[in-house]
Amino acid sequence: MNLIVLLKMVPDTVEELNVASDGKSLDSEYLRFKLNDPDEHALEQALILKERAGGKITVVALDAPEVDDALFTALAKGADRAVKIPVDQASLGTVATARMFAAFLASGGGQITPDTLVLPGSQAIDDLEGEVVAYLGEALGLPYVGVVSSVSPANGKVVVLKEFSGGMRGEFEVTLPAVLGIQSAERPPRYVPVAKVRAVMKSAKIATADIEPPESAKALAVERMYKPEVAGGAQMLDGSPEDIAGKIASLLAERGII
Amino acid sequence: MDPVKISVYGLPGVGVLWFLALAAFGVFGWRVWQLIGLLRRGRYENRFDQIGRRTWHAVQHVLLQPRIFGERSIGLPHFLIFWGFVVYVVCFNWALLRALFPFLPIPYPDAVGPAALFLDVFAVLVLISLGVAVARRLFFAPPHLHLSFDANLILGLIGVLMLTMLFGPAFRLAAEGSRGSAWAPFGSLLVPAFAGLTPATAHAWATGMWWLHMTVVLGFLVYLPYSKHLHLLASPFNVFFSGAVTRPLGDLTIPGAKEDVASGASKWEELTWKQLFSGFSCAECGRCDRACPATTAGYPLEPQQIAQKIKRHMMQMGLARAGAAGGNGAPKLIGDIITERELWACTTCMACMTRCAVWNEQIPLIVALRRHLVSEGAVERTVQDMLANLTRYGNSFGKSDRMRAKWVQSSGLKIKDARKEPVEYLWFVGDYASYDPRCEDVTRKTAKIFAQAGLDFGLLYEAERNAGNDVRRVGEEGLFEMLRDKNLQAFAKAKYRAIVTTDPHTLNTLKNEYPWNGNRVPVKHYTEVLDELLQAGRLPLKKKLTGRVTYHDPCYLGRYNGIYDPPRRVLRALGLEIVEMPRTRDRSHCCGAGGGRIWMEDKEKIAERPAENRIREAAALGDVPTFVVACPKDIAMFRDAIKTTGTEGKIAVKDIAELVADAMEG
Amino acid sequence: MSAGILVLVEHLKGAMVDITFEMLGVGRKVAAAQGGQVHAVLLGKNVAALAARLGAADSVLLADEPSLEQPSAEVIVLLLQQLMAQKEASLVLLGGTNACFGLGAQLSARMNMPFVNFCKGARVDGGSLVLTSQLFGGKILSDVRLADAKGIVSVYPGAFPAEAGRSDKTPPVEKVTVPPASPKVVFKRYVEPDTSDVDITKQSVLVGVGRGIQSQDNVQLAEELAQSLGGAVCASRPVIDQGWLPLSRQVGKSGMTVKPRLYLAFGISGAPEHWDGMQNSECIISVNTDPKAPIFDGSHYGVVGDAVELIPLLTEKIIARKG
Repeated sequence: MNLIVLLKMVPDTVEELNVASDGKSLDSEYLRFKLNDPDEHALEQALILKERAGGKITVVALDAPEVDDALFTALAKGADRAVKIPVDQASLGTVATARMFAAFLASGGGQITPDTLVLPGSQAIDDLEGEVVAYLGEALGLPYVGVVSSVSPANGKVVVLKEFSGGMRGEFEVTLPAVLGIQSAERPPRYVPVAKVRAVMKSAKIATADIEPPESAKALAVERMYKPEVAGGAQMLDGSPEDIAGKIASLLAERGII
Repeated sequence: MDPVKISVYGLPGVGVLWFLALAAFGVFGWRVWQLIGLLRRGRYENRFDQIGRRTWHAVQHVLLQPRIFGERSIGLPHFLIFWGFVVYVVCFNWALLRALFPFLPIPYPDAVGPAALFLDVFAVLVLISLGVAVARRLFFAPPHLHLSFDANLILGLIGVLMLTMLFGPAFRLAAEGSRGSAWAPFGSLLVPAFAGLTPATAHAWATGMWWLHMTVVLGFLVYLPYSKHLHLLASPFNVFFSGAVTRPLGDLTIPGAKEDVASGASKWEELTWKQLFSGFSCAECGRCDRACPATTAGYPLEPQQIAQKIKRHMMQMGLARAGAAGGNGAPKLIGDIITERELWACTTCMACMTRCAVWNEQIPLIVALRRHLVSEGAVERTVQDMLANLTRYGNSFGKSDRMRAKWVQSSGLKIKDARKEPVEYLWFVGDYASYDPRCEDVTRKTAKIFAQAGLDFGLLYEAERNAGNDVRRVGEEGLFEMLRDKNLQAFAKAKYRAIVTTDPHTLNTLKNEYPWNGNRVPVKHYTEVLDELLQAGRLPLKKKLTGRVTYHDPCYLGRYNGIYDPPRRVLRALGLEIVEMPRTRDRSHCCGAGGGRIWMEDKEKIAERPAENRIREAAALGDVPTFVVACPKDIAMFRDAIKTTGTEGKIAVKDIAELVADAMEG
Repeated sequence: MSAGILVLVEHLKGAMVDITFEMLGVGRKVAAAQGGQVHAVLLGKNVAALAARLGAADSVLLADEPSLEQPSAEVIVLLLQQLMAQKEASLVLLGGTNACFGLGAQLSARMNMPFVNFCKGARVDGGSLVLTSQLFGGKILSDVRLADAKGIVSVYPGAFPAEAGRSDKTPPVEKVTVPPASPKVVFKRYVEPDTSDVDITKQSVLVGVGRGIQSQDNVQLAEELAQSLGGAVCASRPVIDQGWLPLSRQVGKSGMTVKPRLYLAFGISGAPEHWDGMQNSECIISVNTDPKAPIFDGSHYGVVGDAVELIPLLTEKIIARKG
């Protein structure tokens, strides 16, 4: 199978996020980026598919801080090729990003063959404009399914499980080539040791693909960006663990729960 | 009377002896060469440095063998059996030389008065020791002592040899018509029993004893390299090549390694020759198993078996005819021979290596195999998450590196930034002390103590990373190197004269594994600093503490780095009475958190975890309400263990810093 | 004439999902300010009976066919395009749920109209609609202005009151035909979670465990606590992914939505995917080692501490009180 995994770097929420002085974007002083979680799962699912059914994995990303780490790590995990499109991720909204990936896939840097599966992560925490999966499907004229948690090739098609709610999932049969937004891989993403990533950094190269940013796609104009007011918040309980356990028990008794 | 001047089935005795000797030495030599060939297929490791120190170490530990005396019932017996063996080897070779070259103008050993006396008395001592050894095996065998046919056979053979040393001279004396000899007091006791024999018969018996002795020894020579008694030959070399002679115990670097060691060993040939040698040196005594906290808790790990399994596997795979053992059906070292669970169960506490009588190095062996598992990503989920956190944030808590020194704000102290201004002591605080809310209190108290003592200290603040000790022991060598290099960069920018650490694990790796390249400064544990401050009168104690406490020696402070007394001096200076647990100092029982185990889950049903075992030991002391620790992980492990053993109210965990702070408060 | 508003009705296995009413409420609010008709688009298999509950809309556009049990995105988007033209609708509201994944984005690309995701607030300002969306797991909010209230919006479940979309009125129903399509995504069947386990949506006390519970062994501690309270254990996604508890215990976007009297959250950070599933619990008490955990923002009571240490102590206290 021709597996193409799309990676996106998103702000790491471990750090405090602040709004920049222009009031419309994030303050970049302490901003750190990490690979979008579902994208890691997408890569893992691609690796699983490659192990099961053979094929090649290409990982593609736009330029962003620490994206090289993510691409090399993907190669160390078993991806065959890594491509970076040297356009700044932050300057593009999701729609433009999707158009760039679509251009890459159509132009010959990537290739849509009859056995191609494009695997972005299902969503990202900064998808104000919506999911790249859908935009990509639309731009390439390919079928797409999102929130996917299982992918099995079957007779030239793939059978996927999409998550609904209440633990229920739906089974869909999808004709290839297709775009699948992976929510979680069948197994948690594998570990690759630091030594391997470093070895790959020395031995492998990240290819570049020159794609022009699309002029017609304007990003959604954010009028204002701000931090939510914490309405009240929880009443905090203090003391030793013994004390706290006692306080909670009293609370529950007062409320008639015990 | 020359026992060799007889004819054996028509053949001259000398000739027969030559034949037997050549055959025996030949087989022995060939086998030893074969085994050395296996070792040469392993990886290279430089253990050939500092020959003088190595020799002295070997002389002490092979000839005086203090570690054997660690288990009292067998200490003296083994010492006597060993020395008896040495004596007999010398005399055997003397006798053999004389017998093979009858024209040599030297007497047989038992014709030389003092030699004969020696042989006679020793024979009895060794027989008694053998009796003790046999009785121990039969009636009060300690657990994990391998009760093999092999071992019993050897004891039997040595017994036979000793008996020939008594009976031979006895028969000879009888043949000569003598009543006895002062040079053979015990042998002489047997003479009356043979007084009725004719001289010829007695002579024949004496000759028979001699030949029995020689053939048994030659037979033993052939048998030795095929049995567990290979340890006789191998262990002196093992002691000589021991890593502890030239490098600190807590240093896992493989000296002079030619291949990349980060990916560990997946096949026996990927272990170093010294690691492979462990199997030959192992005497199957079980001391390591008896000391191991994982073994006693019931985890699948037995350190003795790690060395033994590798040996058997190497022999099976290495000595098989080409093609016979290879291929897809061949058993895999990790998976088939040694299971992953065994490897992950090790806490790296060093109890095994401290007790091993032949100075085997079990921990580097386990880490080499773990490195392979890590390189395959075959690590459990919780450990993966920890390693990912460490890679990304430099701490195992997954919190931002900028939050590392947040505790300083709530301490109310202004602590110097060692990156910006010179300090005397650079305090490397460590992950647990910085990020774990349970340990924060102790960290603040430590800071206040330092401040009140007028210690000139500072922190690296956000530049500090996990020191990497446990990362290395989990087997993630690449990540260890990355953390080490980042820390060294931070150190390079700071100005300091000494380093003080909260955590013994940090102490170990900073002191023993970081390449300081000429910028080395003393690395101390905070208890050592407290001890120094108290002795210099710089810690103003406002009140004397009273009461009985027991002190738990952390593995990485005690066994690894020999720091036992400073914490005890601090406690005594505070006025406390120390009641030692039975397993004290280098026998301290690990809390179970080391080697990355604090990040792992138990897949097995464990009846009693190491920390629970230790707390019960403390509780059994009776009327000792305080369990004193000097390591942040110990605080967490033992507080949990008190809950799960139901000893709340009987005993409570306190860190030394808490007690000192208490005494300074008044 | 003012533009129409389309609301895509959401239902699952014959039952209406609350987000529908929440969206109808928003539609009504916009219609009240801007004028225009609110049309509820109801597609599915055997769903005609649901139309009666959509009285808050001005009309129900119904397509009830066996082939529409789980229609492919292609079919829905084509239908919405068609209806937008027919009803001159320029504002489309879709649920921010897994079921509606991608529809808004695809429709917006087709129609070359803006699409706004994660919308938690909407107000009419002059002729435009200002939408407030949450980003980065709720840590940041953004305001986007839709000129002339034209655009596609994904409405975040639970952000708007469902009451505003309920009505006793009977709406007029208009049948619509679904455009023909040969979809490349074909629905096969539902895969139910194992129902032999406890139904956490019916419990009045839930003990929730998250990453902070640290190991599978500690889940047992939570079980004991739950037992002492007569409740059950549930979990956030990371715990389910590890396999420490079955899918049927998952609370959150892909799991269950629960509203117990008491929700004890141990070692749960409060990321939206989980929070959304239990935010309406009557009393939420959270324990986490991170004082900045988002869960404290919405909980009633909070404790900064180690869940593993606290759970057995709490169990003891509760048993002591009961005994």
